[in-house]
Amino acid sequence: MSRENSLVTAQWVEEHLDDPKIVLVEVDEDTSAYDKGHIKGAIKLDWTTDLQDQVRRDFVNKQQFEELLSSRGVANDDTVVLYGGNNNWFAAYAYWYFTLYGHSDVKLLDGGRKKWELDSRELVDEVPQRDATSYTAQEQDASIRAFRDETVEAIGTKNLVDVRSPDEYAGRLLAPAHLPQEQAQRAGHIPTAANVPWSKAANDDGTFRSDEELKEIYTEAGVDWDKDTIAYCRIGERSSHTWFVLKELLGQQNVKNYDGSWTEYGSLVGVPVTLGDEAGDA
Amino acid sequence: MCGATAGGLSLDGIDVAKEAIIQGVVTKSGEPASPAYVRLLDRTGEFTAEVPTSATGQFRFFAGPGEWTVRVLAPQSDAVDRTVTAQTGVVAELEVEI
Repeated sequence: MSRENSLVTAQWVEEHLDDPKIVLVEVDEDTSAYDKGHIKGAIKLDWTTDLQDQVRRDFVNKQQFEELLSSRGVANDDTVVLYGGNNNWFAAYAYWYFTLYGHSDVKLLDGGRKKWELDSRELVDEVPQRDATSYTAQEQDASIRAFRDETVEAIGTKNLVDVRSPDEYAGRLLAPAHLPQEQAQRAGHIPTAANVPWSKAANDDGTFRSDEELKEIYTEAGVDWDKDTIAYCRIGERSSHTWFVLKELLGQQNVKNYDGSWTEYGSLVGVPVTLGDEAGDA
Repeated sequence: MCGATAGGLSLDGIDVAKEAIIQGVVTKSGEPASPAYVRLLDRTGEFTAEVPTSATGQFRFFAGPGEWTVRVLAPQSDAVDRTVTAQTGVVAELEVEI
């Protein structure tokens, strides 16, 4: 993949608003954001109800994903353009999720909803009606999703990239600071993980930095480009943003997102945890 | 308006005594600024969180004790930075004019 294949600008989106084969999809942490105005023609996916199993902690299965996209009018040959708030955290998560289920043409709107709003571009209230399709998903692509055992085994052997803020990494905060800090899990990070906050990859307006800048940021933080990489955060959405940078923009092979992330790891019995600003030993 | 809950989460059901809250209001020419984005930067200047302002220009963070910088971004305005000290059990209030 490359920047040209996976990222589009706000200007490009504005020029393609009436193209029926391009489906704009808004995904936000605040699932009511879409209802207060969205880009013309965009549909909404709710990451809590549409993309999560409602009983177990896991994603919807292949059949449920097919039913979801079919009912929302997304076809296999559509170009899906994702955007959202929080600098595209949940849009990047949805991008990774669409990729997990094998959608062939998926892109991210650079800067997401914030860039769109800061540019004073139009938002509308009208909800589009799309005809139902017969969507076929692929089996989950296991090469981009990490589970807990593989993550524990990666300590000291693979690149572990903790993309949370420095205070969460060190254990001084338990969640991003727009959320309350009372949480069940332990504080800290996975030993040997490098701390490269997702925000290092983005400008203030939410757009991604240049490939050269990105490569330098991860190299300086100690990412070994010859090793496989697992990215994690708190619940797997910010690490999708970093997965997108490493895999889709920089073209690194073998990058996985650990969607269990700190809310799983920090609750496991018996695993090693490091507190403080240093990466810690294996 | 977007992403994280506009204005920050409500305090309903939250034990305020255990949180170090930073909140406030953003105005432009005396009127509530919305859309505007408020980012919280740690003592090294690193991003920690961001919320869009509510329709009334308000924002809220659940920080840790210490020194923080609040940065406001809005259309057709330059970014404005304010430093603030947070303490557990105390609500730090800010008014930012852009």
